[in-house]
Amino acid sequence: MSDSTETLAQLPLDAWHRAKGGRMVPFAGYEMPVQYEGIMAEHLWTREYAGLFDVSHMGQLLFHGPDLDTELETLLPGDLKALKDGRLRYSMLLTEDGGIIDDLMATRRGEHFYLVVNGATKHGDIDQFRSRLPSTIVMDHMKEQALLALQGPKAVDALDALVPGVSELSFMQAGLFHWDGKPLWISRSGYTGEDGFEISVSSRDVEALADALSADERVKPIGLGARDSLRLEAGLPLYGHDLDTETTPVAADLTFAIGKRRRNDGGFAGADRILAELASGAISRRVGLNVEGRQPVREGAMVLDAEGNEVGKVTSGGFSPSLQRPIAMAYVPVALAEAGTAITLSQRGKLFQATVAPMPFVPHRYHRKPQGA
Amino acid sequence: MSLYFTKDHEWIRVEGDVATVGISDHAQAALGDIVFAEVPEAGRTLSKGDDAAVVESVKAASDVYAPVSGEVVEGNAAIADEPSLINSDPQGAGWFFKMKLSDESELGGLMDEAAYQDWCKTL
Repeated sequence: MSDSTETLAQLPLDAWHRAKGGRMVPFAGYEMPVQYEGIMAEHLWTREYAGLFDVSHMGQLLFHGPDLDTELETLLPGDLKALKDGRLRYSMLLTEDGGIIDDLMATRRGEHFYLVVNGATKHGDIDQFRSRLPSTIVMDHMKEQALLALQGPKAVDALDALVPGVSELSFMQAGLFHWDGKPLWISRSGYTGEDGFEISVSSRDVEALADALSADERVKPIGLGARDSLRLEAGLPLYGHDLDTETTPVAADLTFAIGKRRRNDGGFAGADRILAELASGAISRRVGLNVEGRQPVREGAMVLDAEGNEVGKVTSGGFSPSLQRPIAMAYVPVALAEAGTAITLSQRGKLFQATVAPMPFVPHRYHRKPQGA
Repeated sequence: MSLYFTKDHEWIRVEGDVATVGISDHAQAALGDIVFAEVPEAGRTLSKGDDAAVVESVKAASDVYAPVSGEVVEGNAAIADEPSLINSDPQGAGWFFKMKLSDESELGGLMDEAAYQDWCKTL
């Protein structure tokens, strides 16, 4: 199916985006705003104030049924059993040989688990869950829910003004709140590296909520373009670019998402391969790169060894608005993965010099609970 | 002095046998925030349609083509240092390069400003 014949769905906020000057582009089967006033300004606004993102294209899934923790743990490598009510964790849906089908957020919500999965992969994810979980586990695709993200240092003040109490959430904590009598499921999380929130709201109510949030002078609507540059600066991988079924959590440098108990006991999809890689290392690893000069090196550029052989590739790259220089993520052989290693890149016949850099490129500012609290 | 445009969104301003080349206001707006530009060096010979320069925005890279044939006499060093000039003044300080025309008849195949503006409306 070509782009021209593909039927694009419209977000619940479609008209709102257009009224705000959003430039709409096809993404994940939807028409979505890529930018309003400009990526650079929107990016820097989010780092300084608060950006409002429409991420309603993402999949919101609710699971319930007997032995739910155990059943989900067969597919996800996270320690879900240890997850307290109203807490969320980053995890991955894995193939039987340890490849990444999607990355996601999993929240314990009373007797349920609530998963937020990527928009471009949600239908495939749903098929995976349906075919690989027992029929006793019931999954609800919450198609009537929209999802907003409010991100940035002023997000907490702006949202608390409308929804008192959200400031008491810590990073990776969530709860049910109400605004104007309407239920909102709010988590203190996001994908920009900033403090912020994700708000699940009925599609019926999302326009009123978006209006109320953007009436605050600290809040501006932000498009997909800045969402991508923000997450790149934050060192966060993007599914379909930095992650796919050919990459494992170890190669992707996401081993933090595999709990200690799961490392000892295994019992998740791909555990044989992943536990072996945890013990002896994967062949390649996702790293950050500081690129010399001013020209961005983008996805698809090749990593070259000293003899000029292609030994890896850039999976995300662009110009960092915060740092005012090009940055990238790449997969490189583990021998080249140490911070400070000099790397040669090739893009459209031109060579670039880069250095392996610690990530995040821009420090995270999550609202973590003080130690011991 | 005459101003011409291409369907690839370059403009070319001809004074005597030297032409100045840049990208149109429409092109800079479509690209968004420009963060990098690479211009050709003096002495390089370009044929009409050759890759002449590179321009990159936060999100995307684009080539700038030679609208006509000739020899480059100057690349604009200012836009390499300050690429945002291409956004703020695309048909002025944001010019890319100057070239000496080798075949003035090639200008006949280009659009004037009114025709270009009409053509942009069809995109």
